[in-house]
Formats: sequence, C-alpha cells, structure tokens
Amino acid sequence: MTTADTVEPIVGADYKPGGVRGTDKPPGRSDIGIALIFILPALIGFLVFYLYPFIRGFYFSLTRYNLLGTPTFIGFDNFTRLFQDPLFWNAILVTVEYVVINIVLQTILAIAIAVLMHRLTQSTVIRGLILLPFLISNVIAAMLWFWLLDFQIGIVNEFIAFLGLDRIAFFGDSAWAIPTIAVVNVWRHMGYTALLVFAGLQTIPNYVYEAASVDGSTEWKSFWRITMPLLRPVLALVLVITVTGSFQVFDTVAVTTKGGPGNASRVIQFYIYQKGFTEGQFGYASALSVILFIILASVALFQLRMLRAGESDLA
Amino acid sequence: MATTTAPSRVAAATEPETQGRRINLGRVAAWTAMIILILITLFPFYWMLRTAFSTSKSLFTDPASLLPVDFTTGAFQRVLGLATPAEAQAEGGSGAAVNFWLYLRNSVIFATLTTAGQVFFCALAAYAFARLRWPGRDIVFFVFLTSLMVPPIFTMLPNFILIRNLGLINTMPGLILPFFLMTPFAIFFLRQFFLGISKEIEEAAKIDGAGHWRIFFQIVLPMSTAPIVTLFILTFINMWNEYFWPLLVGSGENARVLTVAIGVFRSQTPQGSPDWAGLMAAVLVAALPILILFFAFAKKIVNSIGFSGLK
Repeated sequence: MTTADTVEPIVGADYKPGGVRGTDKPPGRSDIGIALIFILPALIGFLVFYLYPFIRGFYFSLTRYNLLGTPTFIGFDNFTRLFQDPLFWNAILVTVEYVVINIVLQTILAIAIAVLMHRLTQSTVIRGLILLPFLISNVIAAMLWFWLLDFQIGIVNEFIAFLGLDRIAFFGDSAWAIPTIAVVNVWRHMGYTALLVFAGLQTIPNYVYEAASVDGSTEWKSFWRITMPLLRPVLALVLVITVTGSFQVFDTVAVTTKGGPGNASRVIQFYIYQKGFTEGQFGYASALSVILFIILASVALFQLRMLRAGESDLA
Repeated sequence: MATTTAPSRVAAATEPETQGRRINLGRVAAWTAMIILILITLFPFYWMLRTAFSTSKSLFTDPASLLPVDFTTGAFQRVLGLATPAEAQAEGGSGAAVNFWLYLRNSVIFATLTTAGQVFFCALAAYAFARLRWPGRDIVFFVFLTSLMVPPIFTMLPNFILIRNLGLINTMPGLILPFFLMTPFAIFFLRQFFLGISKEIEEAAKIDGAGHWRIFFQIVLPMSTAPIVTLFILTFINMWNEYFWPLLVGSGENARVLTVAIGVFRSQTPQGSPDWAGLMAAVLVAALPILILFFAFAKKIVNSIGFSGLK
C-alpha cells in the first residue's frame, strides 16, 4: 500500500495481464485442494480489505452518512451536488496544477539525472545519494522544506534576501503554495524516478550508440534520436505510475498548508479527507473518491494508449 | 531554480567543436550538472543536522550560519524526553511531553508486522499462482491485479468504517490488519520470480516424494531470498513512511506512529517562534532507523529499483 504520492517499483515492461507465460496450462491433475490453502490468507485479505470496501465505496457514495447513524440511500444526489460545488472544481483545478508542475519538472530532472549517470558513471554510491530523499517520509520531507523555506529565517529566503530580492512566503502566498508543494515532492521523488529511467536506459544496447558515433552523431543528437525513442515504453510506464501517484498528493499538504491559504492548495485527496473526517459528510466524501477513481483510471488508460506502452521499438 | 538549467548545460556543452576538446568540455559540464543535482539532493539533509544541533532561540540571530548556532544536543534531549520542561523551555522548546519512545515502538511494530505478514502470505499466494494448477487461477490473478488501479483512498474510507465497527480504532491491530494479508503488488512481484525458477529441481523433488509444502519451504523460498529481501525492504520503507491510514485510524496516543506524531508535534509548536531545532531533531530521529537500514543494504536497495533482475 502506498502513501499518497509514493510510487511502486515497476516490474517487467513486457507483462500482459492474464497471461500465463511460463506456467503450464491447467489440463491434467488439479491441485485445487493445496492451492486453496496456499491462497487462503491472501484471498481473505483481498475479499475483506479490497473487494468488500470497493463495493461498499460505491454504495456509500449513494448515501447520506455522517459517520454516527446509519447511511441513508439518496441516489445520485451527492453527484449532482458535487458538480455544483465550487470547492470541488477548485480541488480539481488545484490538483491538476500540482500534477502538471510536479510531473513536468520531475520527469525532466529524472531523465537528466538518469542520462548523466548512464553516460558518466556506474557508481552505486552516486545512485544511493540520489535516492536518499525517497527514503524519508513525505511528512519529514514536508517538515524539512517548511523549515528551509521559512519566511523569516529559512535559509532559502536568507539567500534570496542576500541577493537583494524580496522574501517569498512560499507556503503562505496563494500563488506560491502549489508550486512550492510540487517542487518539494519533486525533490523527494526525482532520484527514485531517475533510477527507474536509469534501469530503462540499461536495456538499450551499447552498440546502438557506437554505431551512431561512427556515423558522426553527437551526444546531443544521440540523446534525441536514440535514447528518447528507445526509452519510450519505459517512460510510458514510469509516467503512468508517477502521474497516478501525483494525483493523490496528500501528506505534504496535510502537514504544511492544510489546504490554504484560502483554498489555494486544497487538493482533491485533502478535500475528501476534510469532507469525510472533519465535516462528517462521509457519503459526499465517498462520491468524491469515486470521481477520483474515475479520473485516475481514465488518465492511466489514456496514457497507455497514447504512449503505446506495451510496444518496444527495439525489435 | 538552479536545477532546471541542468539539461541545457549538457546540451550547450556537447555542441560540436573539435573532437578532443568537445569530449572534455562535455564531460566537465556534465559532471558539473551532476554535482549540482547531488548538492541539491543532499544540502537539506545537512541543514537538518545543522539545525538539530543548534539552540532554537539563537537561530533567529544567525539564520544563515553554515555551522550549528550555539551548539547543543538539547534538541535531541527534548525529543527523547531526557530534558526537564524547564530546560526545554530555556532552549525554546514548548516543554510539552513527547512520547517519542512510544511512537517509535508503534512505528517498529506497524512496519515490521505489516511487512512480514504481507511478504509471507503473498509468497504463499504467488506460489499457487505460479506453480499450482487449479481452475480459475488466471481469472483470480487478473482480478487481483486490477485492484492495483484503485486509488488507496477509495478503499481506505470504507476500511475505516469496518475497523471502527470492529472497535479497533486507535489500536495496533486496527492499524495493521488491512495491510497484513496481501497487497496485489507483492503477489504480482513474487509470482514473476517464481515463474522464472527452473522446474527441474521441483520435478526432482516431486519424484523423491516431496509435497508442495516442502517444495515451497525448502526449494522455492531459499532460491528466492534475493527478491524476497528486496520486496521486504521496499515494503518496509513504504510502511514506515505511511501517513494517511495511521492518521485515520491511529491518531490517538496508543497507536500513534512517528509520521503522525511529527504532524501533531508540528501543529503544537507555537506559531510565532516554532522550536525549529526541536522539530529538526525530531524528524532526524524519526528518519534514522530507515537511514540505518539503507546504509546497511544500500547496494541491494539501489540495484533493486527498476527492471533489473525482475525478468
């Protein structure tokens, strides 16, 4: 299970869901008895903590439920209300702004780091250092940057003042809050993302670069004409994972701005949390989470189609 | 932002020039970019350390000093509960009691039990998916996999109701249960490995009369230590850093883990002059177990991220 914007490692890019690669077909003797024992704990976990809440989540979204009494069925009222809720649209807008800044910066930096490592050094130490921010929690990263970016005595503002510029209220100014939170999370995730990209780079055979170099290609040209096209399937998977993770930003907002100033950083997951747990509108919060689920599923499917993630050009 | 200029630096430096100079200049510029990126990665950690060893009140007089201001270990004593309230207040702390050891214990229990349970039960299930023959196997596996598409918050809301109805709010079992038995990712991850293990050894063991339990415990598990350790470490890091679920279910003192405690600690600090040294000491101590784990297994962790070894 992941925290809001944590990503899981990627596994085999060539995987096709439902495939039976490497396994034998079921004919012949069936191991149903022993299989049931092997799978039972996981099956119970799946039924109780994944499937049951999944169905219940849809049901709750059709109810009015203040957490104290019993849920009352009200049909699609939550959804009609939701589309007229300016704070919902604000949450969508703010979240999209966050995702765009976060993903664009993070992807560019991760590719840069990965390519630099790939062309310069295989050092595990450097890869380890780059990964360091990923090991601390979002909460700690948020607290750390809250201090570094403090208006009064944060070192970043000290530096800005030293340059003779105006101090910036990074978390306190509504124009800066979302970009700041986005950059903090870029700092935490760029090394991890870079290692994923780096792993993808290692699948590109060296002879491709050697051949290009013999033909007089520069590093810059090789990057655009060899690295990027061949990296596409890997990049597609990385993006699907980072974008869906990014949409679920919560921790950083919860410990720094708490959605403010005003509604400037009230991202969708924080809005769901507030509705469900501080305002006791659990049915409405469930309806919001249905919308989040639909958005994430469509974004992922759209990306996979656009980027043709399953296919490689390296045939 | 200094960071965003990195790619263009490389670009500019690799424009064609004379052959020898181009390579040298290119490499120098590339290394410069790399070093800048590493500095941006590491500097905040240094600043955390520098602040944690400072006296909170003195930070205001010398905010840009590169070394700790008024060097003291007072902040750590405050966090670990070794300082008296009077001592704490003298150095700018709030003087409120912090149950650090309790939160640390809760974090250790939560992360260890969820990780151990998940990895073990998912290994069992993965074996059934990879090696046993039973009707409906691939359909069940596919259904498990599709749940990867569901954002955690979607299932966490109803899970909260379930745990509450079971009366397990603010208890360790309530915190642990939803993560204890499985995650789709762990099953998927381990199944991929089990598929890759040569069947011949298993067939030989079968001929010798070994059942599936013995094959699993004596052949498959020992042959998969590397991926299992990898999965264990990655899961442990994720669980140690988990915030949302513990915030819902474990906000009370008894089941409070470190991430939640830091959030609370932060909201308790006075608005005007927060105890920055205390906060930085707290986050440093909270991050320490994971950092130690990392330095012990650095090579393994670094190499485990990505596609390598997953085929």
